Amino acid sequence: MRASELLCMKAASMNAHQSLAIGQPVETLEAISPAATDADAMVRFEDISKTYPAYRGKPGVNALQEIDFAIPRGSVTGVIGRSGAGKSSLVRLINGLEKPTTGRVIVDNSDISALAGRELRLAQRSIGMIFQHFNLLSSRTAADNIALPLEIAGWTKADIKARVTELLALVGIADKHDRYPSELSGGQKQRVGIARALATRPSVLLSDEATSALDPQTTRAILDLLANINRELGVTIVLITHEMSVVRQLAKEVVVLDAGHVVESGHVADIFTHPRHPITQSFLAEVIGDSLPVSLASRIVPGPVAGGLAVIRVQVRGAGAGDTLVARLARELGLDVSLLSARIDEIGGQHVGSLTLGIPGREDAVTRVLAWLSQYQFSAERVGYVA
Amino acid sequence: MSPELINLIIQATGESLFMVGVAALLGTAFGLPIGVFLATSRKGELFAAPAINGVLGIIVNATRSTPFIILVVAIIPFTRLVAGTSIGSTAAIVPLTIASTPFIARLVEAAIREVDGGLIETTSSFGASPIQIVFKVLIPEALPGLVLALTLAVVSLLGYSAMVGAVGGGGLGDLGIRYGYQRFMPEMMLAVVVVLIALVQLVQSAGDYLARRVNRRLRNR
Repeated sequence: MRASELLCMKAASMNAHQSLAIGQPVETLEAISPAATDADAMVRFEDISKTYPAYRGKPGVNALQEIDFAIPRGSVTGVIGRSGAGKSSLVRLINGLEKPTTGRVIVDNSDISALAGRELRLAQRSIGMIFQHFNLLSSRTAADNIALPLEIAGWTKADIKARVTELLALVGIADKHDRYPSELSGGQKQRVGIARALATRPSVLLSDEATSALDPQTTRAILDLLANINRELGVTIVLITHEMSVVRQLAKEVVVLDAGHVVESGHVADIFTHPRHPITQSFLAEVIGDSLPVSLASRIVPGPVAGGLAVIRVQVRGAGAGDTLVARLARELGLDVSLLSARIDEIGGQHVGSLTLGIPGREDAVTRVLAWLSQYQFSAERVGYVA
Repeated sequence: MSPELINLIIQATGESLFMVGVAALLGTAFGLPIGVFLATSRKGELFAAPAINGVLGIIVNATRSTPFIILVVAIIPFTRLVAGTSIGSTAAIVPLTIASTPFIARLVEAAIREVDGGLIETTSSFGASPIQIVFKVLIPEALPGLVLALTLAVVSLLGYSAMVGAVGGGGLGDLGIRYGYQRFMPEMMLAVVVVLIALVQLVQSAGDYLARRVNRRLRNR
């Protein structure tokens, strides 16, 4: 049903990309994009919309519309969007803190949007969550914070003690057992938050901007920890974020949200090697940059310069793409191609970026280079000329 | 000052402490749950019951805006019903409790509202029941504020307890009026005021100390 629709949608999107694919047969792309079937979906949104009614003079808000996608079991899935895109609403639907206006949210094969009271509370114990501002109780030590969900679930004191010790070791802060949150650094607080979220052995871990308040090194360490947890415990992780770097480092699947709609979803490598929606392109630009270095850009003129270079920008997309591009271009066309600037990053194992090349000689050299590039299905454009 | 007078002061201090102590305990017993409910029963909150919240708010405000001396006189029949008499320290506990309950309730409400809403949502997302949230999150997290609120309530009760002297309630206020004012013994009046000031200082210092002890937010060890 939904999942098969998802598959169709994805296949269609792949076809659309075909013309852009870089020396990579379409079959390969399809082979690496298995859409989640009903059985292997951990979270499934079925035709969700969420509207907040008008309240005290504020107009109503359509926070989410036509949301229909699945998060595969055991995956790390990023949900990326600008602020106000509907990320928080989406995450609050997964853990049952809010009900959808229409549609169903299926978490681990049970319809969480239909549960209430005690049943909902029981279901919530299989969903862990970590927060941007950690949300630890200041009145409790690290150990007692981690114990909180276990107390709520009615574990015995002895079981809680053993589990807390285990969890503190898992997140690498065994020595902070008796520390209060005010005595911990941001990274340590988030480790306590992660241990607390994992306490009741949930099958899903929701991360709501969990690294947005941390510095880059700490962010990296926390993301590594989450990757370990996903690998070793098999917990499905849903990363809500506005930061492309978080998705790039950790997620294998991605859902791009904009103005309450899912604008793109699929494998991180596919989505970011061939971004279609402007929002996705802008997220990609955060990582790989979309403009030339200032010193180069300021020297570019529109018309040919005697003895100068034609500037060509080549988009690099795909595994190993571009590795030997400059060398082959120079060898096969017998040109002294100069590399003016390059920015290539790796997203989901795929190279994504651009090369800016300087081509010497007359106009026909440029035409030959562009023809050669298009023959190998590289997307390229002439930017201008420099002296 | 003669030993008899000093004995009178000691006895009156004892009566005041008895009245204030019992009234503070009872006022907390009633005021704490009312305060927690006031803080958690507006639209969309933990125990959402906006209508009851509104009515309770009006009752609390009405009680608080009635001057204490008028409240004492107005509820004499009720005091007699509860305490068997309307005169003496035990009887005075009834109006003191009735006056302190809404006061404590409002202070508790303010302290509970200070707790970060994110913590309530976090704990709900673990599948906690509203009652678990009250006892495991709201009260422990608001504890420093609650201790300061109770300190303020006790200090106010010391002031109120001096007023019940006017209707035969006993205690330091009664002593000050009967000996200091009516028998014109300024040294007695002075002694009563000094004892009251000392008591207030003591209560406030103890409250401040306790609030600091239970506050883990500003901990510097």
